[in-house]
Amino acid sequence: MSGDMRAGKPDQPVVTTDSGIPVAPVYTAADVPPELAERLGLPGETPYTRGPYASMYRGQLWTMRQFAGYGSPEQTNARFHFLLGQGQTALSVAFDLPTQLGYDSDHELARAEVGRVGVAIDTAGDMADLFAGLPLGEVSVNFTINATAPIILATYLVAAERQGVGWDTLTGTLQNDILKEFLARKAYVFPPGPSMRLAADVVEYAADSLPRFNPISVTGYHAREAGCDAVQELGLTMASAIAYCEELTRRGLAFDHFAPRLSFHFATTLDLFEEVAKLRAARRMWYRIATERFGASVPAASRLRFFSGNSGTTLTAQQPLNNVIRSTIQCLGAVLGGAQSIHVMGYDEAFQIPSEEAVTLSLRTQQIIALETGVTRTADPLAGSYYLERLTDEVESRAAGVLQEIEDSGGAVRALERGLPQRWITEAAYRAEQDLAAGRRPKVGVNIYETDDDPGQGLILEQPDPGTAQRQITRTRQWKAARDGRACAGALARLGQDAAGGRNVMPALIRATRAGATVGEMSDVFRQVFGEFREPSPW
Amino acid sequence: MTGPRIILAKPGLDGHDRGIKVMAMGLRDAGAEVIYLGLRVTPRQIAAAAAAEDADLVGISVLSGAHVALAGEVLAQLHAAGADVPLVVGGTIPPRDVDTLRRMGVSAVFGVGTPLPAAVAGVLSLAGPAEAR
Repeated sequence: MSGDMRAGKPDQPVVTTDSGIPVAPVYTAADVPPELAERLGLPGETPYTRGPYASMYRGQLWTMRQFAGYGSPEQTNARFHFLLGQGQTALSVAFDLPTQLGYDSDHELARAEVGRVGVAIDTAGDMADLFAGLPLGEVSVNFTINATAPIILATYLVAAERQGVGWDTLTGTLQNDILKEFLARKAYVFPPGPSMRLAADVVEYAADSLPRFNPISVTGYHAREAGCDAVQELGLTMASAIAYCEELTRRGLAFDHFAPRLSFHFATTLDLFEEVAKLRAARRMWYRIATERFGASVPAASRLRFFSGNSGTTLTAQQPLNNVIRSTIQCLGAVLGGAQSIHVMGYDEAFQIPSEEAVTLSLRTQQIIALETGVTRTADPLAGSYYLERLTDEVESRAAGVLQEIEDSGGAVRALERGLPQRWITEAAYRAEQDLAAGRRPKVGVNIYETDDDPGQGLILEQPDPGTAQRQITRTRQWKAARDGRACAGALARLGQDAAGGRNVMPALIRATRAGATVGEMSDVFRQVFGEFREPSPW
Repeated sequence: MTGPRIILAKPGLDGHDRGIKVMAMGLRDAGAEVIYLGLRVTPRQIAAAAAAEDADLVGISVLSGAHVALAGEVLAQLHAAGADVPLVVGGTIPPRDVDTLRRMGVSAVFGVGTPLPAAVAGVLSLAGPAEAR
């Protein structure tokens, strides 16, 4: 393969992928390294490039997991029952911002935000109501929760207990990736040091007590949505995963003991081949990091499993039905990349959390790809494509460069404190917006083939229930009045001692939750012990 | 000649800051002096900053659905602080709420999908050139 072909003729613009990797007009066998067989392995075999399992979707389809939550626990419970009735195979809980940030619904700062972007959960009773009629020993549940992840896990465990379900049967995933909150998602509460400790407490506790539950989902998705490219997304995700694993091994935990339950979360955008390449490269990279750096010796400890949330920022307010097509391609990318679990964005994402119609269509998108297209018949169907294999190698080596840059600046935590990846993200987001405005990056309905219709025309817009917040506040006040105040105060005091004393906070959280402590009260204990983080200026 | 002074902030608990940071950079490159207050800023803090900085315009961005309540509080606090400057709102704003916000006194709404140059030009025209102040 000649270099000038890939770089393009001098008088022609270089054609690149979305992350800037030059693309040649055609690829041949000469582009693929001779040792390809070793770089790929078989599906289910090292280095897992072709997938974590031998039979892939022929053995088991991916989990269809639409992210859902709004209003009260009862309203979200009804949506869960609806989705499962439509053939969804697992649940994924969206929490409202007060819950994500550790404020009860009656807190002053919670005003106007209760039940907006997710469900309001203040107590173990709320969590029990959220899963009414849903057997927690059978249904897998994902929790998009981070700063308050240990607290929400405690309420979930107590809710399971009330259902009579043994914790050893619980399956699902707690997002619990605090680093990406500082990086991109911004729902942090405590400073980075204590935040890392809380995340590690959860993973450590789960390694002993929750054998089938994923206690963390190391996530590149949010950095990607905030602006970075596929290569940076992969490099940043690996840097975060390394930081968590170092925190855990420093505690004396054996890598093989906790690593089998680590999970990952990537975006899948519209650059189909680059995305599939990224997902395949991710598995190979993680295999190498897990074995070479951490000495993984059991297969599950080096086998990357991931969820894909597709991408909301690729969707448009203009001509919103076009988003159905965009989401379909992104879902296909996740499938061709070997995802274990997928969420498809709602086509109305630019205006609201998805309507029931939009979320159903997202689920149908997954079902049609799974059942009608035949792409599930064989594992890693694109393997061996000259272009894809070349791109997989290229994404991997460039992501390794990003990882190296982060390591050189002191690792993920230090780089975040210095604002290095945040600057990459903000600059990339600004560049993307300028490219869009200048027409350098075509976007149908936005800068080409525009129509004069009002954005959002024809959408089914759902009016939030104005009574939700007040009902939730009443509920939480009644809950507090009904509990044994002395027992609750004692349990909260013990939580404070354990938090300050460096003991794993999970046992004290579970006891406090059983005693009726609220999410806000337990968060307040942590706020007192750890303090709160305030982001330095981005410029 | 200096450009208009613009305060940007995210009230409420929402952390989606891609849009507001891109706007800050766009406005800065168009000659404005931008003061970005960051995340989880209270309406009172926003108004105090607008008064203290002698701002020409305040812009907030909300993607959590709480835009009507938060814009109302910011307007009230701006008025109370004696900083009656234009307020513009960005974010995920359903079409039905645009009129509501305008009626409340919001000068302009630049929701998701607004091209960057249009949003920048719209903000600058409301903030007015420095010499016309």
